[in-house]
Amino acid sequence: MGKLSSLPRIYLALVFVVLYAPIFYLIYYSFNSGGGMSNFESFTLEYYQAVFQDTRLLIIVMNTIIIALLSALLSTTIGVIGALAIYFMKNKSMRQTVLSLNNILIVSPDVIIGASFLILFTLIGVKLGFASVLISHIAFSIPIVVIMVLPKLLEMSTSLVDAALDLGASRRDVLTRVVLPYIKPGIFAGFFLALTYSLDDFAVTFFVTGNGFSTLSVEIYSMARTGITLTINALSGLIFVITMVLVLGYYIIGNKTKSPNQGVKR
Amino acid sequence: MKNNPLRFVYAVPYAVWMLLFVLAPIAVIVYYSFFDLSGNLTLGNYRNFFSSIYFKLTMSSFWYAFLITFFSLLISYPTAYFLTKTKHKRLWLLLIIIPSWINLLLKTYAFIGLMGLYGPINGFLETIGIGSQQILFTDFSFVFVSVYIFIPFMILPIFNSLDKINPTLLDASKDLGASSWVTFKRVVWPMTIDGVKSGVQVVFIPALSLFMITRLIAGNKVITLGTAIEQQFLVTQNWGMGSTIAVFLIIFMFLIMLLTSGKEKGASANGKTK
Repeated sequence: MGKLSSLPRIYLALVFVVLYAPIFYLIYYSFNSGGGMSNFESFTLEYYQAVFQDTRLLIIVMNTIIIALLSALLSTTIGVIGALAIYFMKNKSMRQTVLSLNNILIVSPDVIIGASFLILFTLIGVKLGFASVLISHIAFSIPIVVIMVLPKLLEMSTSLVDAALDLGASRRDVLTRVVLPYIKPGIFAGFFLALTYSLDDFAVTFFVTGNGFSTLSVEIYSMARTGITLTINALSGLIFVITMVLVLGYYIIGNKTKSPNQGVKR
Repeated sequence: MKNNPLRFVYAVPYAVWMLLFVLAPIAVIVYYSFFDLSGNLTLGNYRNFFSSIYFKLTMSSFWYAFLITFFSLLISYPTAYFLTKTKHKRLWLLLIIIPSWINLLLKTYAFIGLMGLYGPINGFLETIGIGSQQILFTDFSFVFVSVYIFIPFMILPIFNSLDKINPTLLDASKDLGASSWVTFKRVVWPMTIDGVKSGVQVVFIPALSLFMITRLIAGNKVITLGTAIEQQFLVTQNWGMGSTIAVFLIIFMFLIMLLTSGKEKGASANGKTK
């Protein structure tokens, strides 16, 4: 394909500027001693200090990370099981049905997921808080893991399994020494996506969080509703750096496996 | 594999998940939509939904979702098209995607500052002589921020479908005397229609149900179906009415999916927007 002429270049540059401007704007003003998001007075790190001194905020950050790690771990486990179950299904129409059911939560709007989980938890009697948030995050991450793992399973040659069985491997061996190593990249990709989905979720958490428990997104929402606090800016600076590290990690894993699907977060 | 009934025993956690968190939620939403505030069985919620207030709300929600999808497509298609022609296209694509990995709330929060009365946009308007305007808390700001949020999700599927086009087809079209516009209209566009469809799907459905951008940016001036559901569930605590709106949102969701489902698979793997 030919080289880009100048007009498309300008267009692309413009899109890039618009996409990144708000993020760098936030980070830029996190160093403003003036206290607002206009009129940069002088450089300060006091808001970063404030983030690390605010124990409530730190607890919320910890909560968010714990929820993300736990939900990613558990949803990856269940998701892999699900992908295996779908893979070994002989009946075609049944497989298709399960797959469509699997995708319902991926396409459902968050508000619906949040609202229906809220009713569900109230009916079953799960107390709103850590448990309900964790369960919801596991629930909406499972289908994503399945979607990431299943293509890997499908591209695996069935003769691999047959060969292992012929050579006397038990079914357990087939799973742990043939199948799982083969789909490992898919599992990692699913884990990473689940992690980032959980870190980024606002709407579902907002519905099922109840009082007294909060994740970062929900906290930022309530802070933002009261107006501008530069602590949020400092926080966003930190989150930006962490996100970049995660993206890089995901990119490296993705590149290693040459997976055609770039994962995208909601 | 032998055909014993215990073959699928290991799949129990997944099956339980599907029962509890896919099927049961839909069931409870439908069930609750038949109850009023005091717990009586009623069709009143449905009657309410067809009243003029909710009809208007649904219409305006669709209108905003349409605007958001339209402008996202308008900006994303050329972007995706030019991206496929850059040298390191995968890297550039990643750079486009990265902003979508930053927490949604933070990006929205940034616009509160950017569009505020003393923010840089108003500062710019001031310098060029237009004077400062009320940008925040208007429907313009709502559509703008939503489009900003959704652009990466629209670009990705379009990029993927553009990227799959065999370049020899374009050469063939050129050799046969087609102008670049005709080539675009007759060759490129039809081959990317599936990408466009899945882009529309991942933008339109969430756009119908946004509620946090309406609250933070549009200052309750714009009410979408999502805002209405959140309002009914968390503010007025009228779960019945909230569920009724949710039932309709689910129906709309399925209709949109039917309309936008291409023959091509893999679109669903592109992820979901919130």
